[in-house]
Amino acid sequence: MIAELGHFGLALAVAFAIAQGILPLWGAHRGQARLMQTAPALALGQMIALGVSFLCLVLASVADDFSVLNIAENSHSLKPLLYKITGAWGSHEGSILFWCLILAICGGLVALFGGPLPASLRARVIGVLGLTACGFEMFALLESNPFARIWPPPLDGRDMNPLLQDPGLAFHPPILYFGYVGMAVPFAFAVAALLEGRIDAAWGRWVRPWTLAAWSALTGGIALGSWWAYYELGWGGFWFWDPVENASLLPWLVATALLHSAIVVEKREALKTWTVLLAIGAFAFSLSGTFLVRSGILNSVHSFANDPARGVFILGLLALVIGGSLLLYAIRAPKLGASGLFAPVSREGGIVLNNILLCSIAAVVVTGTLYPLLADLLLGQKISVGPPFFEATVLPLACPVFFAMAVGPFLSWKRAHLGPALIKLWWVAIVALVVGLVASMGMHAVPAIAMGGAAWMMLGALADLVERVRLFRVSLGNSVSRLLGLPLSSFGAMLGHFGLGMSVAGIAYMSLAAQTVVLLHPGEHAQVAGYDVKLVELHDAKGSNYNARVATLDITLDGRPVVTLSPERRAFTTQAMTTTEAKIHTNLLRDLYMVLGEERDGGAVLRLHHNPLAPWIWLGALVMALGAGCSLADRRLRIAAPTRAAAKAARA
Amino acid sequence: MTRKRRRLIVLLTCGLGLGTAAALTLSAFSDTLELFVPPSKIATDAPRGGRNFRLGGLVEAGSVERVSVAGQPGARFRVSDGAMAVSVEYVGILPDLFREGQGVVTLGSLRPDGVFRAQEVLAKHDENYMSKDVADALKATGQWRPEKGAPPAAALWNSKPQKAGS
Repeated sequence: MIAELGHFGLALAVAFAIAQGILPLWGAHRGQARLMQTAPALALGQMIALGVSFLCLVLASVADDFSVLNIAENSHSLKPLLYKITGAWGSHEGSILFWCLILAICGGLVALFGGPLPASLRARVIGVLGLTACGFEMFALLESNPFARIWPPPLDGRDMNPLLQDPGLAFHPPILYFGYVGMAVPFAFAVAALLEGRIDAAWGRWVRPWTLAAWSALTGGIALGSWWAYYELGWGGFWFWDPVENASLLPWLVATALLHSAIVVEKREALKTWTVLLAIGAFAFSLSGTFLVRSGILNSVHSFANDPARGVFILGLLALVIGGSLLLYAIRAPKLGASGLFAPVSREGGIVLNNILLCSIAAVVVTGTLYPLLADLLLGQKISVGPPFFEATVLPLACPVFFAMAVGPFLSWKRAHLGPALIKLWWVAIVALVVGLVASMGMHAVPAIAMGGAAWMMLGALADLVERVRLFRVSLGNSVSRLLGLPLSSFGAMLGHFGLGMSVAGIAYMSLAAQTVVLLHPGEHAQVAGYDVKLVELHDAKGSNYNARVATLDITLDGRPVVTLSPERRAFTTQAMTTTEAKIHTNLLRDLYMVLGEERDGGAVLRLHHNPLAPWIWLGALVMALGAGCSLADRRLRIAAPTRAAAKAARA
Repeated sequence: MTRKRRRLIVLLTCGLGLGTAAALTLSAFSDTLELFVPPSKIATDAPRGGRNFRLGGLVEAGSVERVSVAGQPGARFRVSDGAMAVSVEYVGILPDLFREGQGVVTLGSLRPDGVFRAQEVLAKHDENYMSKDVADALKATGQWRPEKGAPPAAALWNSKPQKAGS
């Protein structure tokens, strides 16, 4: 019964989405206010119908209703409650439903907060969101119905892939999906602007908070996914340049470019058509990221739910959404009008450089990701493009970005001079050089350059703040009061740039990671990076749906105890699968990372890692996401605040 | 600064960025691409001189020995596509899903003595999964006809070439 209710909710949402995709757009086209006013109600209706539908899926999963095919295939009565709930978005069908739900929520939010928007723009934005939602909800309803029943129902489910039974992964998809799907809002704004044939600063002010929110979620989602791969897969790496990872990196790169160019639209009314193209591009990459991988077209170590039969529908949908919006762009973009002028050396110029470089990186990553597919189809060659390719191509393009990042904020709008900006950064340059030189004694050239670059970025971000509060040039108290008076958004940019510097530092230092594989019998010792690891004993343990073998390791440094870690190997009963549970001890400057392998001759094979500065990789991403949050909280950007104030003034 | 001049500068920068990207891509393609080679093609197709490539096939049943390689625990096993088998040596912990008779892809290089020195052994998260490259290699040697169902059990194909058409 619950499943049927959910199925009904999904069908109702499709009906709402169809109406939402037609009525407001038609109304805006014909200038009929009554049709345009249907938009918010339809968007909210779609959101509620899908919300009910998804809730039903969660309830059916919690109630162990194994007559629902999706639940029988992905759940088990012994599975912990948390994973029964999160399993609702862990399976292929559930994840598509969840994707649609988030899209509907985005539409609902635009409907709720979009009051101050011009009526026709709001109707068009909601209409475009409705059209997009309609396609994917149809896909969920017709091709991957999460509520399909089986008869007779099995006695128990097949259980979820044990690797997915992990709290980190439980919350990775929602955050990542908010990032992916959130890009639909700037996309809808871009398409609506093309339909309207008009873009102004107010448009930029509207697009930026949505981009910021989605970008922040995307950053968090990528970091969480990488962190999960790091501690759960037990390979000791954090980024494998796998198609799934690249698929999330691509929208991130384009969205980062969009984030910056939207500032130019807002402040200077320049780069308008380019920003629209970036908004379309960011969503196009989000879509292909989600669906190319899930449809099984790209082969990946990470994709869990593959079904080539569904690929055709998805490909058609992708072609329609992306091709349609690009066609519209080609026809309408010239109408958007000329934009403001600026000199090549200026804040705008810096942002253009940032956009060119980020898009070049994205182009290289696309090439590397799709080349194996093309080589197989066209040349019949079996080729893999591995990390060496991406390292050789992305790093040289990223270096100028790192350099320009610290300088950009010191350039003024419209026209600037490089000299004064560089002079303000003299102390940053010296420290970065020293860091790079010191690092080059212990590291290879490339990581040493990256370390210097990381110092340059982090201190450059701080230098921006120092400059604003005029530290050491006015009294300390004056500086502090200036600091407190700064708008939150200036912290946003600072934190964003600082966070990227932290991540780069972490990645660079990871190249110094030490790793050793040893066979230890209980009582024996091994060394890794100066730490002494003693295998105390091996024992069995039992979990709710697995049996584990646990090793107890005492770790000491120069005779002083550091920590006791107990890595495990878990054998899951229903899925006949073993997983390694790496155990990590971190002090935020280094990770000790212990993995238990197989046992032989009464001993255990252990892999011991010492990963210096590894936590910074994810801390940096967290700081970046926080920075975006700061920018969002800024009063000037709070949604449509200027319009509301103007409206109030007009009424008074 | 005129509009035209500004546009020219932006276009030149764009060209420079994309040109650099293209140049980097091409140069990286020439030395970082990893070829997939099934065991039966190793004599003809495998790159020499220590260059990395991917060797994939099925792990020959009964061939896995847990040994110590250069003082570190590792493993030796044979990877076969039915027509030929290649010895592989690996230092480290084999992935959880590494099983005899199942598909595997290894990344590494060929030593002068003909033993494949694997730096990475990849196995999928899913136990029923077989890499597309491995599946194609099995089809090419006639070991597996997809229309006749799942890939054959290890004992059937292990080093006993089947007749074509059987």
